[in-house]
Amino acid sequence: MSSVLGFSDLPPLARAAVPDRSATFSDELVLWHERMPGGLHWSGLLRRGNTLRIKTLGANANVSALFYNFEERSERYNMPDTLKAQSTAYLRKGLVCYSDMGRVLCSIPESSCAWHDTIGGMNDAAVVAGKYGIQRYQEHRNAMYRNARDGFLTQLGKWGLGKRDMVPNVNFFSKVIVDEEGDLRFVPEHSVHGDFVDLRFEMNTIVVLSTAQQRLDPNPRYEPTAVELTCWRSGIAGKDDLCRNSMPENGRGFINTERYYL
Amino acid sequence: MNVRIVESTLDPADAILDTEHPPGTPWMHEIKAGQVFRIIDLEGNQAVDTIFYNARDTQERYSLIDTILAQGNLYLGVGTRIMSSEGRPMLTIVADTCGRHDTVGGGACSSESNTVRYALEKRFMHSCRDNYMLAINTHPAELHKRDVVSNINFFMNVPMTPAGRLTFEDGISGPGKYIEMRAEMDILILISNCPQLNNPANGYNPTPVRYLVWDAPKAAGAA
Repeated sequence: MSSVLGFSDLPPLARAAVPDRSATFSDELVLWHERMPGGLHWSGLLRRGNTLRIKTLGANANVSALFYNFEERSERYNMPDTLKAQSTAYLRKGLVCYSDMGRVLCSIPESSCAWHDTIGGMNDAAVVAGKYGIQRYQEHRNAMYRNARDGFLTQLGKWGLGKRDMVPNVNFFSKVIVDEEGDLRFVPEHSVHGDFVDLRFEMNTIVVLSTAQQRLDPNPRYEPTAVELTCWRSGIAGKDDLCRNSMPENGRGFINTERYYL
Repeated sequence: MNVRIVESTLDPADAILDTEHPPGTPWMHEIKAGQVFRIIDLEGNQAVDTIFYNARDTQERYSLIDTILAQGNLYLGVGTRIMSSEGRPMLTIVADTCGRHDTVGGGACSSESNTVRYALEKRFMHSCRDNYMLAINTHPAELHKRDVVSNINFFMNVPMTPAGRLTFEDGISGPGKYIEMRAEMDILILISNCPQLNNPANGYNPTPVRYLVWDAPKAAGAA
């Protein structure tokens, strides 16, 4: 097998732009907190070098997510590229979320939850009405039933994006397996209260989230779980980083990402 | 592995379109609701990277997630309704002599993903997404990169295991195998006949495919 160019082949100035070590969490590094109720939607800009820690405030949480390069919004999270590059059917600690341009939008240096889904999609108004019924604003005010798709379209609109920018999403804290015949199966009771995942942003990224229940969740009650969002200043992945070194593919993905910011 | 082989009853002599498509090039074509579209894998194990658009409103397009969730299964075959981003059926697969076609691997190859998956120096190898970019920039439909979404890989085999592995298997297709589908709305087809040489997508030998289209009345008689 021929030798393939990697980090050690880069010019010294490019290597110097990467810290020796990845940071670990401490309270002094926190920038902001936000409690996000279940079933709601959110979007924000997470800059390169900041980590978004998502912590669940109950069992059976689900956080649907999409990511877009803030500076070129046609570059976005790409599920097939992410799964094929890493030879995996799901996301976990040590892996990364790729854009369609061969760059790492965010990496997962820490996760208490061993499996995050990215093939199960998100619910919409028809799915919610069918499973849980209808609760309107008129009668229920902010307890009205919401759905992930409408939440995403609402948030995307605020960045000048819309339907054409909806692509297969991540569902943090959910697990959907594929059996031997290719049938999809949601695995209930997968995530516990207090589970968390760290998303370290390697690019300036528009992050869109919904805490609606996962589309395949068989629970017949509308009871989406709240989460806490904490943003902390981690810096980017260091030379010794778990995700950078998890496989040669990711080593190259990080090189592509760093070149973009040189 | 459960595969369902169903042969077509249509006669190529009745087709209104019969054309060969070389590997490493894009192809765009519109078919009308009710027409039937067949793709023939002429030499076996050629990946045909395909995106479908509602020809009358290209914001509505093939949705990988809507398609696999509608049938509860990852793989495409006879009976599959290829679903749109609005949750509507776009095409129905009515015949298939290969038996399994890929969704989650679609991820058409790109020069950018080639640098990640194989080597930084492989950026300059030809790729499906380069085909897509040229096609959308030279076609009157005014598609944009935002419209280039996850595609179908006809004739490709990318299984997922229950334990969460994703493997790139040698194909199960063969010379002359085909897939046939009926359009449920007017469809704009965008295809890259894949040029990938770094994995088994094309059996390491990209080859031509052949397309046939039949009009609806002939197809109705044969259904």
